[in-house]
Amino acid sequence: MWRRYLLSGTVLWLAAAAPASAFMAYVSNEKGNTVSVIDTDSWTVTKTIKVGQRPRGIEFSRDGKFVMVAVGDDDTIQVIDAKKQEVVDTLPSGPDPELFAQDAAGKVMYVANENDNTVTVIDLEKRARIGDVQVGVEPEGMTISPDGKILINTSETTNMAHFIDTSTRQIVANVLVDARPRFAEFKHDGSELWISSEIGGTVSIIDPVKHVVTGKVTFSIPGLRSEAIQPVGIGMTKDDKTAFVALGPANRVAVVDAVSHKVTKYLLVGQRVWHMAFTPDEKYLLVTNGVSNDVSVIDVAAQKVIKTIQVGELPWGVTIAQP
Amino acid sequence: MSSITVTPSRRGFSFGEYVTCLNGIVWREALRFLHQRERFVSALVRPLVWLFIFAAGFRQVLGISIIPPYETYILYEVYIAPGLMAMIQLFNGMQSSLSMVYDREMGNMRTLLVSPLPRGYLLFCKLLAGTAVSLLQVYAFLVIAWLWDIAPPPIGYLTVLPALVLSGLMLGALGMLISSGIKQLENFAGVMNFVIFPMFFASSALYPLWRVQEGSPMLYYVCQLNPFTHAVELIRFALYGQINWISLGVVAGCTAVFMIGAILAYDPSRGLARRGPAGGET
Repeated sequence: MWRRYLLSGTVLWLAAAAPASAFMAYVSNEKGNTVSVIDTDSWTVTKTIKVGQRPRGIEFSRDGKFVMVAVGDDDTIQVIDAKKQEVVDTLPSGPDPELFAQDAAGKVMYVANENDNTVTVIDLEKRARIGDVQVGVEPEGMTISPDGKILINTSETTNMAHFIDTSTRQIVANVLVDARPRFAEFKHDGSELWISSEIGGTVSIIDPVKHVVTGKVTFSIPGLRSEAIQPVGIGMTKDDKTAFVALGPANRVAVVDAVSHKVTKYLLVGQRVWHMAFTPDEKYLLVTNGVSNDVSVIDVAAQKVIKTIQVGELPWGVTIAQP
Repeated sequence: MSSITVTPSRRGFSFGEYVTCLNGIVWREALRFLHQRERFVSALVRPLVWLFIFAAGFRQVLGISIIPPYETYILYEVYIAPGLMAMIQLFNGMQSSLSMVYDREMGNMRTLLVSPLPRGYLLFCKLLAGTAVSLLQVYAFLVIAWLWDIAPPPIGYLTVLPALVLSGLMLGALGMLISSGIKQLENFAGVMNFVIFPMFFASSALYPLWRVQEGSPMLYYVCQLNPFTHAVELIRFALYGQINWISLGVVAGCTAVFMIGAILAYDPSRGLARRGPAGGET
């Protein structure tokens, strides 16, 4: 009998001691013109990949085989092979691509071209440009509704969220938000669209059906001027209960109750926190700190920053997947 | 011829006798502490004032650096927590020394020192008793700090214990050494000005040493030589499950030196400060 206990105990201990399956995080370094690869098991940079000039928007392909990075000053999207960890191809965007979104099947990609006031549509299988949508001035934030029918683009100078029908590629609605909208994120159930406004200092909550702003998340940190609070990246947990908002030069990530839209906590991270990505198991959230050149790791359940890792110069975006 | 039997003097004491002695001294110290509730409250209020009031105004002092043992950016109140834990022990060590001066003035010390057990052991028991009391205070502070969102990893509460015992012994031994040189209770105010304040402020308790170095390289070296700095760093690293070997060496070495100094100073035949018989000054 005791042997069985010993055996099961050993098995349990081994299971507990075995490291969690590691993910690979790719961080675009805007000024360093590189992409840093972080192993989420050891939390170390395992490789630095040389890419084009001014890499910003970065995302894994839906099949997890490639990492696509918008290199703005080279006016293209570069494709990194996740196995070889080197640039293997390019995609045709418009001038100065910044952020992009893919459809659920990973067949079509929409790219916001900051200098051209357009959104470029790319067929990912043919790796060819198949269309353009004219939007507001300085397009940036990009996301697709969970049902895949609506593409959202925010234009930084026009201060609008454009609702684009993905089948007709026509704008069906425009919603005015606070100054300099940077990033758009849907709740997973599609009930709310969140848009961060960098200069306005708020996150607007939009009803995606009625196309109206139904609420706003506001931020206040004791001892900090309100101008220093500049919301940019947004991360929503899969259960749609908690959102994380990067507050730029406030050096904080706000933890927001996504139901009541109230901030519950501010987490101290590095300087000019910008974008973020969850690990696929949603255990950790990685945020890029542009000015301090590092990435902070947040334990999602504990809502605590557990580590900060040095990466390249001016980290901007981050994407994570199973290698 | 009388039938009085004379027990020959024993060459040693049994383990049980040593434990009884330790028990007695620790229990007396604990009772004294428990009966002085104000002392417990004031021991807690002092670091909490620093934490709640002082730390609020000094949030920017850390700048943007990540310093070991921390693995990410921290708020100032998180930084000063280990310093305040060491401060509790510093004050407690000095308070114990104060109580030794008091005991000597009041004659209570005679009761302690007439014990047949070795003088060094008696002093060590007294030191342990004082350290145990400081541990109670520190853990009470940690509970309040936790409510203030200063939450080291759970294992840290355990790993900090040996560091706290060692730093408590060092600061207690220092207090004991100082108390041997103080003849009257009134002189104790000098200890505040000449020991507690310089030790606390010229250390890494309130600001990281790289910040001190920026302001004054000279002060930086003073801080490095201050054993209190190493007590703070030992506690800081242990609270995050790590060992700062240099600090461990310095604190262990200083504990031994202060302890030996105190034993020598309290030995009537070799005392550093010549005194009358214990408890006989008044």
